[in-house]
Amino acid sequence: MTNSPFTPGIAPGRLRPEDYAANFDDLHAPLDAHEALVAADRCYFCHDAPCMTACPTSIDIPLFIRQISTGTPEAAAKTILEQNILGGMCARVCPTETLCEEVCVREEAEGKPVEIGRLQRYATDTLMTQGVHPFARADATGKRIAVVGAGPAGLSCAHRLAMKGHDVDLFDARPKGGGLNEYGIAAYKTVNGFAGAEVDWLMQIGGITLHTGKALGADLSLDALKAGYEAVFLGMGLAGVNALRAEGEDKDGVSDAVDFIATLRQAGDVSSLPVGRNVVVIGGGMTAVDAAVQSRLLGAENVTILYRRSRDDMPASRFEQDLAASKGVRLVFNARPVRVTGNGAAQALEAEYTVSGPDGLKGTGETFTIPADQVLKAIGQTLQGAPDGVSIEGGKIAVTGAGRTSVAGVWAGGDCAGGGDDLTVTAVAEGRDAAEDIHTSLTGG
Amino acid sequence: MADLTTNFLGIKSPNPFWLASAPPTDKEYNVRRAYDAGWGGVVWKTLGSEGPPVVNVNGPRYGAIYGADRRLLGLNNIELITDRPLEVNLEEMTRVKKDYPDHALIASIMVPCDEASWKAILPRVADTGADGIELNFGCPHGMSERGMGAAVGQVPEYIQMVTEWCKQYYDRPVIVKLTPNITDVRKPARAAKAGGADAVSLINTISSITNVNLDTMSPEPSIDGKGSHGGYCGPAVKPIALNMVAEIARDPETYGLPISGIGGVTTWRDAAEFLSLGAGNVQVCTAAMTYGFKVVQEMISGLSQWMDEKGYTSVDQVVGRAVPNVTDWQYLNLNYVAKAKIDQDACIKCGRCYIACEDTSHQAIWMKEGRVFEVNDAECVACNLCVDVCPVEGCITMERMEAGTTDPRTGKVVSDDYANWTTHPNNPGATAAE
Repeated sequence: MTNSPFTPGIAPGRLRPEDYAANFDDLHAPLDAHEALVAADRCYFCHDAPCMTACPTSIDIPLFIRQISTGTPEAAAKTILEQNILGGMCARVCPTETLCEEVCVREEAEGKPVEIGRLQRYATDTLMTQGVHPFARADATGKRIAVVGAGPAGLSCAHRLAMKGHDVDLFDARPKGGGLNEYGIAAYKTVNGFAGAEVDWLMQIGGITLHTGKALGADLSLDALKAGYEAVFLGMGLAGVNALRAEGEDKDGVSDAVDFIATLRQAGDVSSLPVGRNVVVIGGGMTAVDAAVQSRLLGAENVTILYRRSRDDMPASRFEQDLAASKGVRLVFNARPVRVTGNGAAQALEAEYTVSGPDGLKGTGETFTIPADQVLKAIGQTLQGAPDGVSIEGGKIAVTGAGRTSVAGVWAGGDCAGGGDDLTVTAVAEGRDAAEDIHTSLTGG
Repeated sequence: MADLTTNFLGIKSPNPFWLASAPPTDKEYNVRRAYDAGWGGVVWKTLGSEGPPVVNVNGPRYGAIYGADRRLLGLNNIELITDRPLEVNLEEMTRVKKDYPDHALIASIMVPCDEASWKAILPRVADTGADGIELNFGCPHGMSERGMGAAVGQVPEYIQMVTEWCKQYYDRPVIVKLTPNITDVRKPARAAKAGGADAVSLINTISSITNVNLDTMSPEPSIDGKGSHGGYCGPAVKPIALNMVAEIARDPETYGLPISGIGGVTTWRDAAEFLSLGAGNVQVCTAAMTYGFKVVQEMISGLSQWMDEKGYTSVDQVVGRAVPNVTDWQYLNLNYVAKAKIDQDACIKCGRCYIACEDTSHQAIWMKEGRVFEVNDAECVACNLCVDVCPVEGCITMERMEAGTTDPRTGKVVSDDYANWTTHPNNPGATAAE
């Protein structure tokens, strides 16, 4: 170790090897068999359970928990995966505190919900560790479908289509499948290469051919896909990023948080990754929190999240905010960047306090300066390379029903499509539902 | 503070909590620990005749039934009477009784069903200074096949005969322990009384198979791939025991016969229930085997607090207090009308009351917008299932309808007159109400 958290500028190797290992270990250790039984015993098997309603993929949570408690976690996994083929990843990354666990009746009763997320992971891990793929394909239909984007939406759609007996060509611009699961989620939420392993496991269904390095616009055209396939599903996510529109944005040390996270996720040795001594992350979503927390875990001395609105407005859940705070990240609310200063490379960020009023957000005129060798922009992603002819609404592909776009034979889902939150679990639901709709329209029934 | 000392058949003990004859009372070591922990009395593990002692299996002796969180609800055992020599037990009993003169010590006995066997052992037991004896006519496994235990307890004539021998050759109190593995527990109780028994104790364990190992297809506890029925006890058997105690307490032929209540006593509340149904004290085994001897401290403090709250100053005042309220179904007041009521503030909206009623009962609970659950009085028959399945204590209650109001289910005005089945017009054998 040549550097420390106090080394000025942007530098790698700020920590000891064991610190890196500990920092990037599982955020929540998996439940062991005993812990799972104890946790499962707390479920009341509610009627028309609120947790199930809150789940975007409508997993039958009381049923799968009962299956765990009766010693059949494999059956539990099947209950989960029938609704959500990426139930393993969702168990790790879902903001359960604002979904199923928030509405658990034991949250109402005792302020302590059943640990649904961890139980889901226990069940899905049990099955996946056995290498079992519990679904089989229906008789081949001979129909071919193109799915663009091998992220959660595309994978979910492709799997469901393959299960129905269709043949799927799955395209992705990146070198690996998995989308944000592989490139865009904090490393400590999906350790030991789980994202890649999950894709491999999902592909065991058969009938799906993954083509990487194929981007819509550059390598593929919608017209060609429409001509070559009987249906097209677009699930390529949001590849663009918003600009900061602040002076000094072009200085060295200023970059996009999504790239920072992607680099970290693909790094073999995180100690080789440079990180600033003073890092400022601008934004208020999960990406901002993931980038800020991981900056600290890489050894940054000071990490600040700068969010222009109030804590209550912050898209990242309170759980995520508390996680950041517990890792030593400072959360500054109601402040927006004015300019990045420094001679070529960033040295500080000048910011202005804000106030919300009837006319929207405005600056108070009061400014302050934070040291910043590294500025990570996490102010939202945008749709990039949307095919011509497909209607766009609010910056996303407009859809009706189960993901039908304005173009016949073309469906869309996930972050690139309108409707629903930009969550992994929502993308899975949309991909699945679009696949069902595609199947119905292709088979007439 | 309430006085918990009890005088059962003239045997004094600091409290009504005795340990039943079972593994916890098999040795001096355990019994001393039990007294030191606060148990008021001990029924020593059952003694057999002089000679080579019985042998136990060398594999698992217990099987279990669990509730949520692996809470032990029922325990089954295939253990026999003491497998230590008679002399050793008698010597230990003598020493213990000498050191704990104010605690009850009872000798449980099971010897062959002949007069000579009983005549031989009784003087030796008397010499220990034990306060009394309990005749084990209940053990349902192992010994019953040899003509002892439940094999005696299932034949009232044998009960009476052996009891008579004991009264003849032993001058201290004789308690007859009854088996529940019969059809009508009043018959053996009457026989015990006829034989001169000073008291009965019940229930012994219930014949049972707790589980089957689905890999080996062997009943549990499994010995080399085979299993045998064992004796079931623990919280799960309490309702059966309470009923049998009450049956004897209210039987005119055995009315007033002292009872030592046994069967699933786990908390002070269980004990108070046994006392209220006529037991003069209680015997405990499974709770101690589950939690250790310290569990008696909660029983002592809880019973004491409850008695203080109710104004009872001695255990005697509690004994039998609920017996007059145990009746036969035909005498229940059919003019008593109740309706379920859900406390919306306490409700956690799990919906179990709704689905239980909707799927399996009377469709008397509405599930309204926002998961609001309300009772439809026009359908509610007050069956109590919703109360029983609700996970929140006190959330659903049964509220009696005031006399003079109209039951929306039947359209009838609620009467505060008492009227039962014996006079009901639908009863072909009804006698006209006067």
